[in-house]
Amino acid sequence: MALKGSTAIIGVHDTRVGKVPEKSATALCVEAVLGALADAGLRLADVDGLVTCNSMAQPHMYHAEMVAEYLGLKPRYCATAAAGGGATFTVLYQAALAIEAGICDTVVIAMADSLRSGLSREAAMVMQSSSGHAQFETPYGATVPGYYALIAQAYLHAYDARPEHFAAVAVSGRQHACLNPAAEMRKPITIEDVLASRLIADPLRLLDCSLVSDGGAAVVLTRADRAAHAPHSPVYLLGAGEGRGHEHISQAASLTQSAARLSGERAYAMAGLSPADVDLAQVYDCFTPVVLIEMEDLGLCGVGEAGDFFLRGDGAPGGRLPINTHGGLLSHTHPGNPGSMFALTESVRQLRGGLGERQVADANVALVHAQGGILSSHCTVLLGTEATL
Amino acid sequence: MSDKPLPPVDAESRAYWEACNTGRLLLQRCAACASVQFYPRVLCAQCGAVSPEPVDASGHGIIRTFTIIRRAVSAAFDADVPYVVALIELAEGPTMMSNIIDSPLEAVAIGAPVQLTFERRSDAINIPQFRLVP
Repeated sequence: MALKGSTAIIGVHDTRVGKVPEKSATALCVEAVLGALADAGLRLADVDGLVTCNSMAQPHMYHAEMVAEYLGLKPRYCATAAAGGGATFTVLYQAALAIEAGICDTVVIAMADSLRSGLSREAAMVMQSSSGHAQFETPYGATVPGYYALIAQAYLHAYDARPEHFAAVAVSGRQHACLNPAAEMRKPITIEDVLASRLIADPLRLLDCSLVSDGGAAVVLTRADRAAHAPHSPVYLLGAGEGRGHEHISQAASLTQSAARLSGERAYAMAGLSPADVDLAQVYDCFTPVVLIEMEDLGLCGVGEAGDFFLRGDGAPGGRLPINTHGGLLSHTHPGNPGSMFALTESVRQLRGGLGERQVADANVALVHAQGGILSSHCTVLLGTEATL
Repeated sequence: MSDKPLPPVDAESRAYWEACNTGRLLLQRCAACASVQFYPRVLCAQCGAVSPEPVDASGHGIIRTFTIIRRAVSAAFDADVPYVVALIELAEGPTMMSNIIDSPLEAVAIGAPVQLTFERRSDAINIPQFRLVP
């Protein structure tokens, strides 16, 4: 396929995350752009494409254009992702297509929000649960954890699984976060700690749920022939695929299998790779059961077997296939829509190498997967080092 | 009346909500492919044929999955905590969301049979709800 290896990520940057009240969502986004450009050894004048996502704390009808104006940029390619999760990787893939089509050469993808400091707790909850159908779901008072708990309960029932299987995902993510100095949650936890945390929406407990944060991150994507001059080893886009099932969970054909199956198959096909080629994976972990379903749909585990994979420690640091090596949305950070950007920047750093005790040995292929809605819209990306071309 | 959210009724869903207001739950049946769907649409989502016909639901179903909400989405639901949100597989085939009301929490389970009831939320809006079959 033409897209395989034709673009590369040459710059990455994460802002400080957690509680960052001294910076607006817009300022976090701008900081992410400038940081990623510095990492790529480029200046603003080198940028001819800009992609952002909308902010919940500071929404703007033309968000990317607003950020471009703030920066003094007049990009040839400018787009705003309306949502987070899988949409983050969809816009990455579309930016690569724009480069491949000759519309632009260098695109900065930057996403940030102030979910923690820029919104009240109730406003954040109501805004997030607005993904429910206004006529046929919202009147029943479900929260976002509640929507995902419907999936969790179905998973327990379908596979005779136990809450320990969900808890093992949280424990594994925390083990990775303990090795990441930037992570918000760095105190080790046990399965018992997860099972003793309070119920939010049965069977999901507090430690099955991801964080609510401020923060942002950016990447610089450019044509492969321009990437050779970058200060760091380029990380190539090898494949990408999208998959969609329902939008609203009450319309889902299956509660335990998702369109990650489709997005994964399409990404593997473009890259000419299979699940066995993956050295590390970042699998969207807004809630612990989601990781189990995605692992199975992406072919990284057998159906109904992902819980045991995590109980054995196979996804932990030094495990058979390290999962969410930065700590994920559960333990690193989750500023809402920009959340999966941190999976992307982490994957680039892992493939560059030199991450010390967090480094995955012999990492050449990284799979990055995210979904949006309620297990609705999926996008899978495969990234690789020069050796994989 | 309650501060709970009211559905923003639109031109295509007006007949559905008017039926709810008289204690009937309407599904749609496609004349071309015979599939039954929920929620109301201008076409059949299975085959694309236009104008599926309204049909009355029997009101029977089973719990396909459920959760017990321990932390309410907004203050309007605080007094209900803990409350059940479920997906109901209707006897006619489609799935819809509902609360499980007037039922013992410990008896709520996947596969449990449920029966349609309604919750009056405003003069114009009667929300379809389900309770366990005793």
